[in-house]
Amino acid sequence: MAELGGASLILALTVCVYGIGASLYGVRTGRAEWSESGRRSVYALAGVLTVAFAVLELAFLRNDFSFNTVAETSSATTPTFYKAAAVWSSQQGSLLLWAWLLSMWSSLVLFLTRKRMRDVSAYATAILLGFGGFFISLMVFYATPFATTNPAPPEGVGLDPLLRHPSMMIHPPMLYSGYTLCIVPLAFGMGALLARKVDAEWIKAIRRFSLAAWLFLGIGIMLGARWSYAELGWGGYWGWDAVENASLMPWLTGTAFIHSLMIQEKRGMLKVWNVSLVLATGTLAIMGTFLVRSGILNSIHAFGGATLGVPFVVLIGVLILSSIYLVSSRRDMLRSEHRLDSLLSRESIFLGNNIVLVGLCFVIFWGTYFPLISEALTGHEASVGPPWFDRYTVPLALILVLLSGVGPVIAWRRATLANARRNFVIPLSLGLMTLVVLLVTGVADSKPFALAMFCCAAFVLGSVGQEYWRGVRVRRTIAGEPAPLALVALVKRNRRRFGGYIVHIGIAVVFVGVAASSSFQHASELSLSPGQSTKVGAYTMRYVRPTAAITPKYDPAHTGSTLSLGAVLDVSKHGKYVATLTPAEDFYDSGEPAQGSVGHLIGGQPVSQVSMDAGVTRDVWSAIAPNINTPRLKRIVEIGNKTIPIVRPDEGMIALAVMAREYMKAPPPAEFHLIVSPLVMWIWIGGAIVFGGGLIAMWPAPSAVRRRVSVRARSRAAQGLARA
Amino acid sequence: MNGLAVLLTLVLLAAVMAVVSRPLLSARKPDESDTPEQAELEAAREAKYREIRDTELDYRTGKLSGEDYQSVNSALRTEAVEILDRLDSLGHEATDEQQEATGEQQEATGERSDV
Amino acid sequence: MSPARKRRVRLVVALSVAVILASALIYTSFSAASPTVTPSQLVHEAVAGRSYQLTGKVESGSVRHVGETLYFSVQDRAGETSVPLSYTGTVPDPFREGREVIVTVEKQGSRYVGERNSLITKCPSKYTVAPSKTKTY
Repeated sequence: MAELGGASLILALTVCVYGIGASLYGVRTGRAEWSESGRRSVYALAGVLTVAFAVLELAFLRNDFSFNTVAETSSATTPTFYKAAAVWSSQQGSLLLWAWLLSMWSSLVLFLTRKRMRDVSAYATAILLGFGGFFISLMVFYATPFATTNPAPPEGVGLDPLLRHPSMMIHPPMLYSGYTLCIVPLAFGMGALLARKVDAEWIKAIRRFSLAAWLFLGIGIMLGARWSYAELGWGGYWGWDAVENASLMPWLTGTAFIHSLMIQEKRGMLKVWNVSLVLATGTLAIMGTFLVRSGILNSIHAFGGATLGVPFVVLIGVLILSSIYLVSSRRDMLRSEHRLDSLLSRESIFLGNNIVLVGLCFVIFWGTYFPLISEALTGHEASVGPPWFDRYTVPLALILVLLSGVGPVIAWRRATLANARRNFVIPLSLGLMTLVVLLVTGVADSKPFALAMFCCAAFVLGSVGQEYWRGVRVRRTIAGEPAPLALVALVKRNRRRFGGYIVHIGIAVVFVGVAASSSFQHASELSLSPGQSTKVGAYTMRYVRPTAAITPKYDPAHTGSTLSLGAVLDVSKHGKYVATLTPAEDFYDSGEPAQGSVGHLIGGQPVSQVSMDAGVTRDVWSAIAPNINTPRLKRIVEIGNKTIPIVRPDEGMIALAVMAREYMKAPPPAEFHLIVSPLVMWIWIGGAIVFGGGLIAMWPAPSAVRRRVSVRARSRAAQGLARA
Repeated sequence: MNGLAVLLTLVLLAAVMAVVSRPLLSARKPDESDTPEQAELEAAREAKYREIRDTELDYRTGKLSGEDYQSVNSALRTEAVEILDRLDSLGHEATDEQQEATGEQQEATGERSDV
Repeated sequence: MSPARKRRVRLVVALSVAVILASALIYTSFSAASPTVTPSQLVHEAVAGRSYQLTGKVESGSVRHVGETLYFSVQDRAGETSVPLSYTGTVPDPFREGREVIVTVEKQGSRYVGERNSLITKCPSKYTVAPSKTKTY
């Protein structure tokens, strides 16, 4: 079946080349049937890549180890869910996933716009197929998922245990959906410039794709942070690692674009800015995809040795140069139709938001690529750490949250100063009250940034709450509905506005969680013996007794570890019981006979099982690094290695059982990492709010509403003019 | 290459060619439901109506004084009528209006606003 | 001032502020950065009291735990020089001999001390392009 896979890749590449030719020919000669054929090649591409993807998936699910990538990343004992997801844990598989997702989204978008924007679509089709062709070429010429070995090995290496967590398996498809969705607005942006048609129709179409990209990318980022916090043993959710930053940057420019697009829609301004933002977002998405697999930057994900670096650098160079060319050669048609009516207007606040977001993106870009920049400028490679990032992003984040509270209160086009002043009373009071309460209770002592963030968040809540309140009141006056119905109707008829308000609340909540959990965290790393306890923040944590298990029978996460050593921790506060935590370290088979018949059973990469008590006000987080190398335990391994033949792993497990008993009988002191972090849960809750709000904002208004609007507005428009 | 794989590949190839060549072979021209200009004007009209509703909501929630509202509102309505006029001259809107007018008669009234 | 002039002034002011802030940012990044070095570079260049980002592979046989401190040596990818250091703090799960690591170190006297919690271990290579072995289609 690998032949079918390989052949479908070559077919896919041919389809791309054909489609590009057909679309371009169709649009240049005005022969619509060729453009149509070009568009259909995108559908055909989606079909062919689905076949390729299915072939690979089936190979994984059927344990076909003749496929090299199956043998390298899966095994017969890997649980089915992780087998299915292991497809994208390798370079080749992830390229196929990327190309497949791109083809699916492109098909959807081109289908939805099939009756409109003929010229723009045709160019966009060619560009989307160009990207598809690029990724498929990478597979065909550099890293094919369909390489085979004959005869097939009997068993595979297995999935890296670090990846055996549901979030980690959903994180790549989500993130890739986000990245590939960013390519769609890029293609339509370039298409619009090529067709010389940057107008209302284009705005309407591109807004929805951009929102979808923003949503998926954001979910991917959140999932990554959650995985890092809940699974990795360092207890943090964001480390300003190069790859984390790479996914955040297009999200920031995407957010800026969603806002500034509204200005273009209303006032015909900022056309150059918007087109540049859309092109930048797509380019940053490609750069993000590239960073993970190129090894040019030192980071957790970047692997040594240039792999696919060169083709990507060429692609990025082409993107940047062509963007600059397109924008400058079309600048006549990108001239603004109007100017800002007044500084006191929502448009002006949106401009401010854009500047802050782009500023944030610039800071993160600079810090992330600094090793390359410093090498180029000074000849020495240097890097900046999290403190540098924090120093600049924190104030910018504060301004951003503040602006998101100011925006709702100011009218479009031209706000009345007196009214604006009046409207700020409640939000400002809420902010000031929060300030006073926090200062008086001494909660936020010596952490000015956290304090400022809490007050800004209160300000936002006041501002948005006021908007909702007033909106519901207006609706009730007009339609006489009871409050709950009025609320629903209000949101349904003004989805963009009120969905957007929900997003702002969500962002404020996320930042409150981030501020609290970074500024007021108590962490402790120390060695404890059974019976000993320690104080972390207001909590007392006692190491009650050790735990040891071999090939755990009840293993809800299906991790497949051979030996697991851990501890039972008793957590209490002011003498009252709070929770019991059971952190552990899972040991895995390394499959290397050189380590000995027993040694290899525990010689694989160990995985820390974090145990935490997540609460509304705080998380109590624990991780353990047990000492598996005590003299007595090492002795058991040595004896086992000498006496047990390597072909009898079942007997080797008996040695592990002896080790487990030994560990329980005479437990050595273990290293604990303990953290008490306030308000972490609100980061995840805030994220959910943001995405709920985004969905509402994105949801198409029922066409019935649009129809009612058009008739009455038309007659009233005429009436209004008769009066004026 | 084993036989099954070859067969499936050929089937795939045939399917692709069928999908891709249909518009080239059929005599029918691809469906032209809207001229580009019409689509553009309709999009602009929708956007303008949304602006009018937004401004009304702004006024009713107390962000604009009566005066400011009147001036912004009439400016918007002028712009809207411009767009409608241009659509009219394309000759299409008359039919639309009739359909929508009948639709309105069937609605329960009581809504004096678009908020 | 005419509206056009006002707008131009605003634009100039805004751009100047942006340029100044960007310059401040760029300037401080150079002074806040720690040089990235390989073990051979570190041995040649290290100045006491300055921090460096050391990258390299964990030398086989060099890993020792003594109480809360981890002792190990980092060697060049090519395997020539290796630098022994002591480190306290979180040790990432993937850490083991032969893995690529990044750790911030400071030279104290004649020893190298790793900064607390600065040890990063790279995920085991999933994304290298293995030379395609038997390419059979």
